[in-house]
Amino acid sequence: MKQRRLKWMTLVLALGAIMVLGACKKKVAPPPPPPPPPPAAPTASLTASPNTVEKGQAVTLTWETTNATDVSIDGIGSVQASGSQQVTPSESTTYHLTAKGAGGSQEATARVTVNAPPPPPPAPSPTEEELFSRNVQDIYFDYDKADVRADQQSALQGDIAFLKEHAGISFTVEGHCDERGSTEYNLALGDNRANAVKSALVQGGISADRVKTISYGKEKPFCSESSESCWQQNRRGHFVYQK
Amino acid sequence: MAPVFMQKRCGIRNGESNLPSRVDRHTIEVECAGTAETRTGERHSTFQLLLKRHVLALCALLALAASCFGQDWIRTGTGLGVEKVRLAVADFKASNQDPKNAELLKTFNDTLWNDLDNAGIFDMVSKSFYPLTVVGGPTDIKFESWNVPPPNAAMLAFGNLGVSGANVVVQGWLYDVKNIASPQVLGKQYSDAATPEAARTIAHKFANEIIFRLGGGIAGIAESKIYFVSNRTGHKEIWAMDYDGANQHALTNLGTISLSPRISPDGSRLAFSSLTKAGWEILMYSIDLGRLVSFPRYGGVNLSPAWTSDGTRLAFSSSRSGDPEIYVVDASGSNLKRITSFKGPDVSPVWNRKTSAQIAWVSGRTGLPQIYIMDADGTNVQRMTDQGYAVSPSWSPNGQFLAFSWIRHYGPGAPGSQDIYIMDIASQQWVQLTHDGGKNDFPSWSPDGRHIIFQSNRTGSLQIWTMLADGTGQKQLTTSGSNTQPNWSWQ
Repeated sequence: MKQRRLKWMTLVLALGAIMVLGACKKKVAPPPPPPPPPPAAPTASLTASPNTVEKGQAVTLTWETTNATDVSIDGIGSVQASGSQQVTPSESTTYHLTAKGAGGSQEATARVTVNAPPPPPPAPSPTEEELFSRNVQDIYFDYDKADVRADQQSALQGDIAFLKEHAGISFTVEGHCDERGSTEYNLALGDNRANAVKSALVQGGISADRVKTISYGKEKPFCSESSESCWQQNRRGHFVYQK
Repeated sequence: MAPVFMQKRCGIRNGESNLPSRVDRHTIEVECAGTAETRTGERHSTFQLLLKRHVLALCALLALAASCFGQDWIRTGTGLGVEKVRLAVADFKASNQDPKNAELLKTFNDTLWNDLDNAGIFDMVSKSFYPLTVVGGPTDIKFESWNVPPPNAAMLAFGNLGVSGANVVVQGWLYDVKNIASPQVLGKQYSDAATPEAARTIAHKFANEIIFRLGGGIAGIAESKIYFVSNRTGHKEIWAMDYDGANQHALTNLGTISLSPRISPDGSRLAFSSLTKAGWEILMYSIDLGRLVSFPRYGGVNLSPAWTSDGTRLAFSSSRSGDPEIYVVDASGSNLKRITSFKGPDVSPVWNRKTSAQIAWVSGRTGLPQIYIMDADGTNVQRMTDQGYAVSPSWSPNGQFLAFSWIRHYGPGAPGSQDIYIMDIASQQWVQLTHDGGKNDFPSWSPDGRHIIFQSNRTGSLQIWTMLADGTGQKQLTTSGSNTQPNWSWQ
């Protein structure tokens, strides 16, 4: 009996000792309050996709930042903390992102390489034929007339100047008439028109053997309405480059 | 209302002295010379004045005038009262029981009737007046059922048709039914292949016989041909058809632009102008060979060939010297001679068909094109039209008339319709033949001088029309595509 009591007492004492000891230790060394954490440094990333393009193609810039209050990309300006935007750089460009925050600033760059467009194939030194159709103007006529009227003189002089510069070009002058009048007469009239243009060119110094003439009368109209504006379109000496 | 002020301006343009001898059965039209300008311009203030003072009187006058003048041209002339021969044409009868008879009879009867009706010299007795008994031969004729009203025929054509084997035999008669004692004017027998084409040909031949007998000894035109330009294949090619519009078929297949077909007097060759690789050249097509035959290339723009009536020479327009002029050349293409020298277009020559000593053509030397005539060597130039826009002359077979196309009142505000006219060359008096609107161009005379074929766009598309030389009986012959520049064969 005595022994059992001792056991209990020992247990109680031991427990008490443990409790007392534990409590006492805490009181002896209270931990210092933790210091406020230092502001985190911002992070930033910037990617361009794709990073190699042909000129004129768009690129998507995608960026992500953390801990930044002020994000900007050179050339674009302030942007959201994260986002994406399409850009179309005209030449190879290094995009430069700056993310500023309390913890400092962070930069990120993305390089976009812009390939020059494939050199426009046959580099645009236009052919004589293109120059001819761009520069030589048709000569228009009054109804039932085959003389070059005053308001066509500037076109004619322009034609002569061009044809003198490009002395290698041979060409045909087609005489056309409007739909009024009779088939046979119009073919003769169209012939007169083509020859009127030819002789004006020859007078202006163009060699006659460069110029062929043909009449289409009213057989190949440019415009098929019955109105004066359309008829005027059809009363012309039309220049055609000869290959 | 307009003609109120036009009465004094209406003139008879064709006096007794220069009547067309071969068209004397035809009427001659008169064009009132009053113009639109006169009506609406000078007279306008007068109208207003009158209107204020005499409103009622004027209204009455206008109403009267309007009722009197439904059209602004009137028909007058000689021969108006001349009676045409009253001709009955009984449907031919089958002479046997062959099953092919029905088809050929239909073709034959239709063709014969149309040919005689088209001739313009008969008063065709309507078939509804005919006795019910079918007439197949002389013994079937009961004169009293034909020569008194209602049919009241002077002449009766009748006969029979029978297929036997591969052939068809046609017997045809023409009877003067008022001369009972000796009625027969004509009795003919034809035999040919038993085809609808052959039946058409036999009908044409029989019709021509009747027309020749009753029409003053002038050959009929039922076997004549028309050459023309059609774009039905997508290109302007030369086509041919019978005078009545049947058998339309292409002759050329050049795939370019071919124009102005002109058949030679003997019908063996066709000259036309075509846009070749070398430009516009005169090409020669052999009707007999069915292909092009050689003809020289002249350079420049070569247009509008025309045959002399003996077929030995051609006139045409060429700009080989730089300006379109009239040239004459042998039918072989050699001996080229230039006969005009005027600045501006000279085109569309035609020879005097009677003499081959003169040429009519179109010249633009004074501005708008006018019709001129000259001697075949280029001398004695005479202007025929006095105003407007005149083109496309065609010389009548008797040498007396020009048919041509004329926009008489030309210019802003003018009506501007283009019509067919004929002009008596000696007097330069003219009559207008078409009045139905549209552009009417390229008249060409039939061999007998009684008909004119021409192109018109009055229906909205360019088609070929035929009419009697007095402007009556206008009939459209083509319908498909655009068809132009008809040229009537010489026989």
